[in-house]
Amino acid sequence: MHVPDGFIDAPVSLAAGAVAAAAVAVSLRGARRELGHGRQQAPGADRTAPLAGLVAAFLFAVQMLNFPVAAGTSGHLLGGALAAVLVGPYTGVLCVTVVLLLQAFLFADGGLTALGVNILTMAVVTVVVAYAVFHLLQRVLPRGRASVTGGAFAAALVSVPAAAVAFTGIYALGGTADVPLGRVFAAMTGVHVLIGLGEAAITAATVGAVLAVRPDLVHAAQRLDSPLELRTSPAPDEAAAPRKPVRRLWAAGLLLALVLGGGVSFYASAEPDGLEKVAADNGIDAQEKAHATEGSPLADYAVTGIAGARLSGGLAGVVGVGATLAVGTGAFLAVRRSRAAGRAADERS
Amino acid sequence: MGAAPADTLYLPVGSPVHRLPPQCKIAAVCCFVVLVVATPREAFPAFAAYALLLACVAAAGRVRPGHVLKRMLIEVPFVAFAVLLPFVAEGPRTDMLGLSVEGLWGAWNILAKGTLGVAASVLLASTTQLRSLLRGLERLRLPPLLVQIASFMLRYADVLAGELHRMRLARLSRGFDARGPRHWGVLAKTAGALFIRCYERGERVHLAMLSRGWTGTMPRSEEEAATRAEWATAACLPLLALLVCLGGWTL
Amino acid sequence: MTDPPPDREISLEVSGLAYAYPDGHQALFGVDLTVERGSRVALLGPNGAGKTTLVHHLNGLLAPGAGTVSVAGLPVTGEHLKEVRRRVGLVFQDPDDQLFMPTVREDVAFGPSCAGLRGEELASRVAKALRQVGMEAHADRAPHHLSFGQRRRVAVATVLASHPEILVLDEPSSNLDPAARSELAAILRTLRVPDADGRARRPTVLMVTHDLPYALELCPRSVVLSGGVIVADGGTQDLLGDAELMRAHRLELPFGFDPRSVTAPAG
Repeated sequence: MHVPDGFIDAPVSLAAGAVAAAAVAVSLRGARRELGHGRQQAPGADRTAPLAGLVAAFLFAVQMLNFPVAAGTSGHLLGGALAAVLVGPYTGVLCVTVVLLLQAFLFADGGLTALGVNILTMAVVTVVVAYAVFHLLQRVLPRGRASVTGGAFAAALVSVPAAAVAFTGIYALGGTADVPLGRVFAAMTGVHVLIGLGEAAITAATVGAVLAVRPDLVHAAQRLDSPLELRTSPAPDEAAAPRKPVRRLWAAGLLLALVLGGGVSFYASAEPDGLEKVAADNGIDAQEKAHATEGSPLADYAVTGIAGARLSGGLAGVVGVGATLAVGTGAFLAVRRSRAAGRAADERS
Repeated sequence: MGAAPADTLYLPVGSPVHRLPPQCKIAAVCCFVVLVVATPREAFPAFAAYALLLACVAAAGRVRPGHVLKRMLIEVPFVAFAVLLPFVAEGPRTDMLGLSVEGLWGAWNILAKGTLGVAASVLLASTTQLRSLLRGLERLRLPPLLVQIASFMLRYADVLAGELHRMRLARLSRGFDARGPRHWGVLAKTAGALFIRCYERGERVHLAMLSRGWTGTMPRSEEEAATRAEWATAACLPLLALLVCLGGWTL
Repeated sequence: MTDPPPDREISLEVSGLAYAYPDGHQALFGVDLTVERGSRVALLGPNGAGKTTLVHHLNGLLAPGAGTVSVAGLPVTGEHLKEVRRRVGLVFQDPDDQLFMPTVREDVAFGPSCAGLRGEELASRVAKALRQVGMEAHADRAPHHLSFGQRRRVAVATVLASHPEILVLDEPSSNLDPAARSELAAILRTLRVPDADGRARRPTVLMVTHDLPYALELCPRSVVLSGGVIVADGGTQDLLGDAELMRAHRLELPFGFDPRSVTAPAG
């Protein structure tokens, strides 16, 4: 995933670095606000450093967690969307930035000149897009845990291709290899939607797991704890009710992604190299992951990225993301309406 | 207990390169890489000269070539991409195999610059301890908060890996074996539990800091600034690289 | 015994302390506790009794909902917090929470350097604190390279370096093997910390624990906290010997352990 030196020319790399630095500077200020509200009102109550440090360590560690896909291959969480939903956008940007920074300096993963590009695409764009999508959906959707997990799903699903689109933009400005943007990059979109789908499923499930135990820790769900729940019917019904929308939400997202991914893959079949490449990447990834959890997260640190995956997007990617957004929002709206109708029916009866 | 993060790339041998202050080394490597990236791809001798420069640094730092080469594996995905380029890029084709000329240039460009960049970073990480890397970054005016976050992250990465490992053992010993997406729920619960533990630990660490009189600023390590001679030594690499780069443009 | 008898100075005074967490859960319901300077007191109680909540009040990590806490005569409130936190050395249960700096030396230096110490003075403080716990040979190691017992000892050193008047230890014997356990006990028993005038004095020790034999070994006096109030206060031997009291508050002696058969340490 990490862009090396030489991929983007020097001026654009430096410009990206400047933009990334500005974004990080904004996040440094914002993160104090996000993490500052502790129980302890005492001098030095600024909790940013220890909390963001631990969250960054979490992101680093969670990338070591293997999610088997099929036939011996596996993937891992990228974590941008997860960070956005769990700790908020500013802290999220900071944490992913720190992870990238250390990967570049300590493990030579990602070029030093490309650090700006990497931070911009993987930290800033991923987290900001994820948070924007999430925030938008929270306004539209009814309050509740299902909306939070569903929103996390959508946020992650969109954030991964969005980072690819951002990279394509940078590449169009300062790419050093003359590859026809439309063709190969469109072929890679299929991969990206698939990666985004995996990311979305895992992100949503992880957010759900945190919500179940410590809902107060989910930054984006803090509004959940304000109103108390009033029960008009016995508890079991209430407990069972929210499951349905989640399933439908996920089914809709799944279907959508499959249609998108399938369509693009079909398009891409004229371009076998792109698909071969993807297979190769997945293979590399799977091999490397196998032993990553055995020792220190850093000791066994090796190739973890899916390089070419970054190189997707392009025009087709933009269209794909736009479609994802549109259809996704439509699906959510439909679910919400049907849920509201259901509740109205309950009240009548 | 896992190996320390410090064990990953760092080679604990004494050498003049090891002894240079970290801020000098970081600045030198960054300038070097920028110059490499700014070199025109047609200037083959320039890239050979860069490689030679790095070889000299490696020799001075007593870093074995094998150590650097092994770490360059990190580049593999991009090598795969570069290999593809000649097939997919547009423009005139070669007579042999019908490869794209433009694609070949692109592949060469990425491979040469990427490899040099990785090699330079590996050399930096091999001759500088984690701690001093962070101190060097701080000296180079990276925001202190960012450095603090990074230093907490490094401190607890191993603790978290240990927790993750124990959770995995706990899953295994109860007969759970993740085989496919059906089991993602369980793994996601692990991730969720890990997050909660991380966050709560962050809160406890904060309390421990407060208990010891923390007022929001980390005590700064008292180290003398790099001397002029040290800066001059470190500047050899980028200055020579600058000459090479200029040579590359005028050729 | 070279120890001077504990004088009548009061190190710690808690009165009517009540506290409810923001989520509404009330943990303390009016705690009264007075600890004399130089004494060693065990704070016993079942899980969820409010022990940690109480401890977090002693250096102002939590602000009382009602009641007052004062340390060495200073009320634990805003203006005195800095001094209070220097005087109260809080050793957390998990040394990994306490040792957050990259090396042992930097971690031990954290407290004194927050208090403004620099240079030679700081270095000698750190060296002395590490010597007191027998860890001077490990000063430049990373905390995660140490054994658990060593980390616990370094955690004690981190607070000793600030020359505290009171040591508050949260479950000091948990996860320690028997040898590490008795090493720590020996350290705590012989510890001297310079006071403001530079005289070496015994620090006041408040030890939160489930480990009843350890409490008996180290602390002549015990208080039992249960349900957010102090339910018993007296000689450790007497309290542990009161089987009914122990049972009522889920404090169970290890099998075969008879507190009356042990000679309580002088002190």
